[in-house]
Amino acid sequence: MSPEKMVHMANQIATFFKTQPGTDQAARVAAHLTDYWEPRMLDQLHAYVADGGQGLDGLVIAAEAEIAKRSERA
Amino acid sequence: MKDFIIPDDRDMGTPVRQGAPVTLEIDGLSVTVPEGSSVLRAAAEAGVQIPKLCASDNLEAFGSCRLCVVEIEGRRGTPASCTTPVTPGMVVHTGSSKVRKIRRGVMELYISDHPLDCLTCSANGDCELQDMAGAVGLRDVRYEAPEAGGMANHFEARNTSGEANPEWLPKDDSNPYFSYDPGKCIVCNRCVRACEEVQGTFALTIQGRGFDSRVAAGGPADDFLASDCVSCGACVQACPTATLQEKSIIEMGTPDRSVVTTCAYCGVGCSFKAEMNGDTLVRMVPWKHGKANRGHSCVKGRFAYGYAHHKDRILKPMIRDRIDEPWREVEWDEALSFAANRMRGLQERYGKKAIGVITSSRCTNEETYLVQKLARAVFGNNNTDTCARVCHSPTGYGLGQTFGTSAGTQDFDSVEQTDVVVVIGANPTDGHPVFASRLKKRLRAGAKLIVIDPRRIDLVKSPHVGAAHHLALRPGTNVAVVSALAHVIVTEGLMDEEFIRARCDWDEFQHYAEFISNPRHSPEATAMLTGVDPGALRAAAHLFATGGNGAIYYGLGVTEHSQGSTTVMGIANLAMLTGNIGRPGVGVNPLRGQNNVQGACDMGSFPHELPGYRHVKGPEVRKMFEEVWGVEIDAEPGLRIPNMLDAAVDGTFKGLYCQGEDILQSDPDTKHVAAGLAAMDCVIVHDLFLNETANYAHVFLPGSTFLEKDGTFTNAERRINRVRKVIPPLNGYADWEITQMLANAMGAGWSYSHPARIMEEIAATTPSFAGVDYALLEEKGSVQWPCNEAHPEGMPLMHVDGFMRGKGRFIVTEYVATDERTGPRFPLLLTTGRILSQYNVGAQTRRTDNVVWHEEDLLEIHPHDAEMRGLKDGDWVRLASRAGETTLRAKLTDRVSPGVVYTTFHHPDTQANVITTDYSDWATNCPEYKVTAVQISLSNGPTDWQEDYAAQAAQARRILPAAE
Repeated sequence: MSPEKMVHMANQIATFFKTQPGTDQAARVAAHLTDYWEPRMLDQLHAYVADGGQGLDGLVIAAEAEIAKRSERA
Repeated sequence: MKDFIIPDDRDMGTPVRQGAPVTLEIDGLSVTVPEGSSVLRAAAEAGVQIPKLCASDNLEAFGSCRLCVVEIEGRRGTPASCTTPVTPGMVVHTGSSKVRKIRRGVMELYISDHPLDCLTCSANGDCELQDMAGAVGLRDVRYEAPEAGGMANHFEARNTSGEANPEWLPKDDSNPYFSYDPGKCIVCNRCVRACEEVQGTFALTIQGRGFDSRVAAGGPADDFLASDCVSCGACVQACPTATLQEKSIIEMGTPDRSVVTTCAYCGVGCSFKAEMNGDTLVRMVPWKHGKANRGHSCVKGRFAYGYAHHKDRILKPMIRDRIDEPWREVEWDEALSFAANRMRGLQERYGKKAIGVITSSRCTNEETYLVQKLARAVFGNNNTDTCARVCHSPTGYGLGQTFGTSAGTQDFDSVEQTDVVVVIGANPTDGHPVFASRLKKRLRAGAKLIVIDPRRIDLVKSPHVGAAHHLALRPGTNVAVVSALAHVIVTEGLMDEEFIRARCDWDEFQHYAEFISNPRHSPEATAMLTGVDPGALRAAAHLFATGGNGAIYYGLGVTEHSQGSTTVMGIANLAMLTGNIGRPGVGVNPLRGQNNVQGACDMGSFPHELPGYRHVKGPEVRKMFEEVWGVEIDAEPGLRIPNMLDAAVDGTFKGLYCQGEDILQSDPDTKHVAAGLAAMDCVIVHDLFLNETANYAHVFLPGSTFLEKDGTFTNAERRINRVRKVIPPLNGYADWEITQMLANAMGAGWSYSHPARIMEEIAATTPSFAGVDYALLEEKGSVQWPCNEAHPEGMPLMHVDGFMRGKGRFIVTEYVATDERTGPRFPLLLTTGRILSQYNVGAQTRRTDNVVWHEEDLLEIHPHDAEMRGLKDGDWVRLASRAGETTLRAKLTDRVSPGVVYTTFHHPDTQANVITTDYSDWATNCPEYKVTAVQISLSNGPTDWQEDYAAQAAQARRILPAAE
């Protein structure tokens, strides 16, 4: 998908979880992404972040790092 | 398989009552019935059929025909048994010589103004007047016209001297499905009462008095078609004579047997008797024991089934190498091996995940289950999705998060006990007509209605029904309005704290209460945004919180938004706040669009979950299916429909098997869908017709209609209803067989012999279906899931003693404006919807006479917006958004507010979805159909895009004659 569309979708998810109480927002965004995004969408996200992640919400960047960390561990 | 034995279908005369038992004696038989029952009904319960004409058990007693008179010991005269309530110890005689004589006299009078053409009458054998004449022993009619003339009748066009009879009226054949022959009318009032009591439209009346009394539709200048009649068929069903009768019966004769089945249109899931004459379907009649519809129907289910035999129907498989070639008809073997080789080839070349499926919400549970199994077990990936993606996926997510499962909480009967109904983003009179009739009946009995919708839907004001509050919000501000309602309830202390403490997570509630109490959620603070009057919103919140049983019904106006899932959570919050969960008359009720959307979701059509809403990441769940299927299941979620199209454009998704869905017409941003389809190397369309998606297909597998196969549909109340084969599949195979053949062509080795075997596998793998089998469905008629050891007969109401997830969860619902905004280029907001006579993309209904009510999509626009643009009613207008443009005709109306325009998406020539954008719900990617910024201007005719589209479609639909 186009990078703009991916950024828009990822930021929408971050926008929701940002409003939720608690301190684990990044983990919840990460969980949402791994639950609903197909691996090639996540790959696109990883590549985009590696490329600078322009336009992505900070929470998405943090979530992406969590997903990357988790898949390294796996 | 043997036909299902139809339970007692007798007409019991008057409606069933609830009440304390009353015992009485009728003709020496002791019978006990609920208090409030009529003597007529009590007699029927005792097995005594009292003759009657104006009574019917779906209508309140009227007492006009005087045929059902009886004698009651200790009472004077001969009261009508239909209007006489039972009393304890009453002794009734239904067959004394006195009442027999009265009945014969009554019949004699009736027949004196009725033609004696029984043998050639279209109702011969299906006429209550004929039956009653027989039952009372009428042998002679003494009334004769005096020789000098002067006695009138209603049925002879001319008298014996050839003069025109002023009392005679010609047949009204304006409705395409039934005719009205005034000459055969006995003015029993049943049609008028059915229109009022059952349907709630009030289109019919009795005009004139005494001998001049006539049934009339609408005003003096109206015929049936021009009147308010919605062609639901209730009057036709109620008519005891040939006065109101289906044209199919007039043409083909009366049925000799019937098969009970389930309608394949909307999510109400009405039960019908398919009435057959030999192997020909002559009529569909709503089945009185159907628990969703209770004997009612709408114009679609009752009459619009003719598409099964439409000339456009494709009955032979077809293939082609490239989409610019014409189709080639081939045998099944060739089509299936062509498809299988291509799909396997694509997987070899582009990887296992390069292909996928779209399951159909119009097909049966068993068929859907097989299609998702094809992806998971044969393709080896989770690339399966269904049209629920584009309608109720936010319901799945939102209710799953708050309550623990994705389903409506009630049955439809629940509406009979509700006191305050909130309808949000739904238009039941058009989208879910039979439910709407049941709702209107309750509203006429005094329940209050709150409508939250940008458009003034019919429920806001229609005969004898009116909304207490219509909150006409700006499209896209649902969350702000729902949150403002909650704000009022919390800050004014109207919530049900006892319920919340007992049933919900108290900590989450504390967070929520603090959040929602913030003044930024107040109706006054959000009014500028939503356009809703704060006073009206506060009053609506009061009414819902304090008015008794409160039930929320919602539709796609809630889900098809960037914040669709958030609104669903907000709705769940409202229900929990007010304690409106877990008993009759309350609840959260998503009105499902298609007949089997609920079932398609239940059956694991979504790419992230296996049947029964269990995420594919769960090893235990995968193991359960791996053991039954004998394959390894991918633990990663697959692609959703929009993601499939994106991946196709990117070149990583190459093949699609699409069963019974027309994504090119129904999905948003048509140009993007077309680009995605065009980028694929193998598109297999499995459908009844060469639909729009088939313009980009390489393989066409002809499908079967719901009349041609066995299976089950699950309606919006989780009710699993049987679909029964009425005629053999015209295309040769039921759809489940075709999917099985495709799977086997790809090496699956499946051997299901009947859908019942598929249901056995579903029950074995899906806990909420564990108790479902065909034998149980034969016995009970239908069951509502969960149906398992804990609930062997299913579960009409959910979350009665506790939520499925344990404690109900309040979720913070912050309003976030959609990025789809109006501006100087696109100053208006377009929202889309349905109309009564058409269904979804119209593939079925456009191929029936329903087109007389709606032959093209129209753009509703407020006169103010029209005037600013110099538009008049009926003008061709160009409708443009940042995604695309189309043209259609304008309809000026104040149903929409200034700044908002509305259209339907039933016709491919308009392709309303070329306008809609790729914005979607944050959680589920459900497209934001309901908000698109547009501009409108005068137009001379179709846009270039429409012309190109039509040319491509014509090119793509060419079929080569079969090779000899």
